[in-house]
Amino acid sequence: MTAPETQGAPPPVPAAPEHLQGRGAWFKRLPVVHQVRQSVGLQRGMLVTGLVLCAVFVVTAVGARWIAPYGWSQLRTPEGAFGAQQPPSAEHWFGTTVGGYDVLSRVVWGAQTALLVVIVAVTASIVVGVLLGLVSGYFGGWADRVLVLVADAVYAFPSLLLAILLAIVISGGQSSMWGGVLAAALSITVVFVPQYFRVVRAEVVRIKGEAFVDAARVLGTPHRRIMTRHVLRNSVRTLPLIVTLNASEGILTLAGLGFLGFGIEPTAAAEWGYDLQRAVADVTSGIWWTALFPGLAIVLAAMGMTLVGESLNDLADPRLRVRSRSRKVAGAVAATSVDAGSDADAGTTGPSKEES
Amino acid sequence: MRFLLIIPTVFILVTTVFVLMRATGDPITAALGGRLTPDQLAERIQAAGYDRPILVQYWEYLSGILTGDFGTTISDNRPVTEVLTTYGAATLELSTYAVLVALVLGVPFGMIAAYRRDLLPDAVLRVLAILAYATPVFFAGLLLKLIFSVWLGWFPVAGRVSTAGEIEMRKAGADSGFMVVDALATGDPAVLLDVLSHAVLPSLALGLLTAGVFLRLVRTNMISTLGTEFVVSARSRGVKERRLVTAHAWRPALIPIITVAGMQIAMLLVGAVLTETTFEWRGLGFQLSEYLQARDFVAVQGIVVVMAVIVAVTNFLVDVIAALVDPRVRY
Amino acid sequence: MSTSRVAHIEDLAVSFATDAGPVRAVDGVSLDVAPGEVLAIVGESGSGKTVTAKTILGLLPETATASGAVVLSGHDGAQTDVVHVSGAELRRVRGRDVAMVFQEPSTALNPVYTVGWQIAEGLRAHGKVSAKEARRRAVEVLRTVGIPDPEQRVDHYPHQFSGGQKQRVVIAMALVLDPGLIVADEPTTALDVTVQAEILDLLRRLRDETGTAIVLITHNMGVVADLADRVAVMYQGHVVEEAPVQELFADPQAEYTRTLLGAVPRVGEGTARAEARAASRPEGWADGEPVVRAEHLTITYPGRFRRPGFTAVDDVSLTIRPGEVLGLVGESGSGKTTIARAVAGLQPVTSGSLRVLGTEMRGARGRALAGMRPRLGFVFQDPATSFNPLLTIAECVAEPLVVHGRAASPAAARGRVDELLEAVQLPRSYGDRYPHELSGGQRQRASLARGLALDPELLVADEPTSALDVSVQARVLELFADLQAELGFACLFVSHDLAVVDLLADRIAVLYRGRLVESGTGAEVLGSPSEDYTRRLLASLPVPDPAEQARRRVSLATA
Repeated sequence: MTAPETQGAPPPVPAAPEHLQGRGAWFKRLPVVHQVRQSVGLQRGMLVTGLVLCAVFVVTAVGARWIAPYGWSQLRTPEGAFGAQQPPSAEHWFGTTVGGYDVLSRVVWGAQTALLVVIVAVTASIVVGVLLGLVSGYFGGWADRVLVLVADAVYAFPSLLLAILLAIVISGGQSSMWGGVLAAALSITVVFVPQYFRVVRAEVVRIKGEAFVDAARVLGTPHRRIMTRHVLRNSVRTLPLIVTLNASEGILTLAGLGFLGFGIEPTAAAEWGYDLQRAVADVTSGIWWTALFPGLAIVLAAMGMTLVGESLNDLADPRLRVRSRSRKVAGAVAATSVDAGSDADAGTTGPSKEES
Repeated sequence: MRFLLIIPTVFILVTTVFVLMRATGDPITAALGGRLTPDQLAERIQAAGYDRPILVQYWEYLSGILTGDFGTTISDNRPVTEVLTTYGAATLELSTYAVLVALVLGVPFGMIAAYRRDLLPDAVLRVLAILAYATPVFFAGLLLKLIFSVWLGWFPVAGRVSTAGEIEMRKAGADSGFMVVDALATGDPAVLLDVLSHAVLPSLALGLLTAGVFLRLVRTNMISTLGTEFVVSARSRGVKERRLVTAHAWRPALIPIITVAGMQIAMLLVGAVLTETTFEWRGLGFQLSEYLQARDFVAVQGIVVVMAVIVAVTNFLVDVIAALVDPRVRY
Repeated sequence: MSTSRVAHIEDLAVSFATDAGPVRAVDGVSLDVAPGEVLAIVGESGSGKTVTAKTILGLLPETATASGAVVLSGHDGAQTDVVHVSGAELRRVRGRDVAMVFQEPSTALNPVYTVGWQIAEGLRAHGKVSAKEARRRAVEVLRTVGIPDPEQRVDHYPHQFSGGQKQRVVIAMALVLDPGLIVADEPTTALDVTVQAEILDLLRRLRDETGTAIVLITHNMGVVADLADRVAVMYQGHVVEEAPVQELFADPQAEYTRTLLGAVPRVGEGTARAEARAASRPEGWADGEPVVRAEHLTITYPGRFRRPGFTAVDDVSLTIRPGEVLGLVGESGSGKTTIARAVAGLQPVTSGSLRVLGTEMRGARGRALAGMRPRLGFVFQDPATSFNPLLTIAECVAEPLVVHGRAASPAAARGRVDELLEAVQLPRSYGDRYPHELSGGQRQRASLARGLALDPELLVADEPTSALDVSVQARVLELFADLQAELGFACLFVSHDLAVVDLLADRIAVLYRGRLVESGTGAEVLGSPSEDYTRRLLASLPVPDPAEQARRRVSLATA
């Protein structure tokens, strides 16, 4: 086997593994920073692109009031009305909608709505899903079986349709900004809960079979202590990945709700899906700016989160992780041995994973 | 034995929809409240039986479903069953095209991405797949429409067939609901071309989304199968890399792919609802959004229940197929 | 010289890219393999033996980089340097000049294709073969490796074969193109000892009949003594010694080889110690209340969907007296681990009686077990999973103390934890490390510390050393014996390895398919076994001495 083909030049490799040179700066061990440092080449490109897109999304959402030139339901300035379906101009960079709103402003304010909905939906579904998954998976029995059946049924339910039904139930379909945000977020929550439930429960069931939980059981450790001290923290380690993927799904579901007319009233808040619904007729007559910009906003936000999620997923799996490769045989034998010198038993941790 | 779970699953779905739709009150008030006087409303409610105890209504609803009776719509006073049979074919047709597009694009490119993992082709394909996934299907539809219909004028803007074509079909007495079948029945190639040109953009919009999902699915499963020891074992006997991908790894990877692809049927239906709305493709999804606008919850309930049941049944069939592919289950 | 060898490895070096930077797994290895010879490469985990084996076939993962030369000679005399050859050339060599037998037969076979198809794939990869011809040759090679009814079995899927048969199929796949060299990577490690003996026999027969050279990768000195002609000992990526097998065992040169050979447990070593212990017991000791008394113990796993359950333990009666070590031996599926788990209250008892430390375990739940739990310790098999990865070693060892109220918090228990770590010969500072920062042997010591934290009367040890390298195992077993002598706890010691059990146990109980076939002192059970199965088990266990092993083989064949 000759030097393996590499895609482009690999980035220079640090001469020695970083963890052997002390612990390094504290910020290098922060969750995402650690992964960026760990990644190489294309994977790093994907992760960084995703992080930049997410950052732009969050900054836009938080700073909407300073970034947006006008309010989301503003129709006129003291100089006069904006006018409907105006093409992009110096006053209205992205043009105006059929209802006479400024497209740029609605795109910027829409980020705020999307962020709020995603935060509420993901937080709520994590709390409920993790709690149910933990208890159900740990204790098992008939209650667990029923919950699994219900979760599977809801999971198979077309998500947007379920969200629509819930939006009808919660708000009757139309409401104020906070009412609309909450209604949309809770509708999405119900769609997500089964996902978290399934993931956490599967992890709990797996961890319950691990020897360290048996070790706790042999001691007669109370269930509550086993669940909180041993099972819970070990079973939620994959959640950050699902959170990022779900956040993008949340944005898409919110947009779908808006597109079908179950979003938030245009006067209550800006919402990208609603704006796209209003733009369907515009497109037929060749008016492109009312559809393009809110659509791109959805794509970029959802794409940023998906990129981050997928990259984290790859990096978490040693089989999918790419490492920088050298063309020369390098490194010291058993350099990773954790206890060089102090105790000769190298035991089962050899330098190479290929060893049995 | 786990196949029997389909029965409680369908029961849970049907019940969930009923409970949710009734949590807001009776459908008559929802649809017509404000347009009729309170007396007229009460009269309609009584006539439809919505004033009776909820359990009685639930029982009636369940037995109705068993006999294929989903009630009558409020806004246009048609049996829901008739709505389903009239528009179901259109949705089925669109979904079929989309799945074809997804299979043709997603499977081979997923295999290539897995095979050329972490190299340029993989990176490009993955970014495209993520892009397909992150683009709402209605936005993709609008873009396709803008570029290929409005600006380039290659394809019609909306609908399933032009008026002329529809007249031809009616003359030929073709009313299967599947436009391609009906167009073939007229024997006129112009009609067939007309029908196909209407189908291109909606099929692409929905198919690209599904292809992105398939590509990712095939890639992930192929990569993990290519890493197994039996592939290394085949490699150690001199089997060609290409054949490792297309035979040795593909069959074992197919089992999880089939199972997960089956779960995506729900996503496909949601996509179909949005695509139909974008392209005025008169299928169940288009009707659903029309009924939603009209707040006709009897119709909504019927369509949603049928879609949910279709999803459950498809998942069940997919499990059966996956089991047939897997000799460990077969023997 | 070049004509008389099928493989020539010169100055081979391999490094891997890891998260922690490049790591060298093999360094400066040079070896030759002559036709028809069995070269054993022995070493412990991390020695580079498997990497060397994979390099011979060019099967290194993409993260690896190799230098040096591995020259293979085919039947036609063509020479190929595997390290520097193109992909297509490499592919032609694989299967034709060199083939591989894998460690785990259940993962080396593709689950969704018939074994006949998989054998034929190897044939088709090296030239056009008609379906009929491929099938004929598949049947033929299956017959060669001793699969009964090969005409029918050729159409079966891997899951329809037993573990030993699967390994025969894997060997058949390697054999079908008649390669000059077979690389066997731990070919018997995943198998039970009686099946191992059959596979070793098969490999020996194939070498004799076909003249194929075999590179045997193994960590088991008994297997080496049984099969090898020549031995290369690897340590940390280097070959430290290379010698003919008799020479190596009779007169090891390298320090490491001597340590390795000295660490191998041998049946009969512990008998004297056990006798000394028995002699020093006080009068009337045998009449005292036993810490474990199983009577007609039966444990059944319930079947799903009204299918009949699986009886893992069937009518077993045994006792363990205070301070006594009972060794429980059996192959996979014998029910030994199930008994251990039942004694610890992790597995419900179906019928019969099981009294542990005065508590009846049958039907006991929760509070009924509270009194017995602090008096029992448990050491698990897999050091990789027996610690919560998110807690430090000190926190894990303190857990029993905190749960049973001997300490208010892990921090308060630290004094006792340090004592325990010292008792198992781990530096105190290791308490602040996380489990993954310790080696397997160190983790197993920490596991012992946790098991002994409450000073238990009974310790249950479930294969505590089977995941460890032999030199590490020797030290852990020694520590175990010392602590047992010092603290005097009774012990149920479960293992598949007769020699390991013999080292520690006062009495030995042999299990076979859930039933107790024989029990008694080590001298009785191992010295003069009365049951067929025990005899077979003993005979199958290869001894780390080539001359002795050859004698045993002859007597086994004639018996």
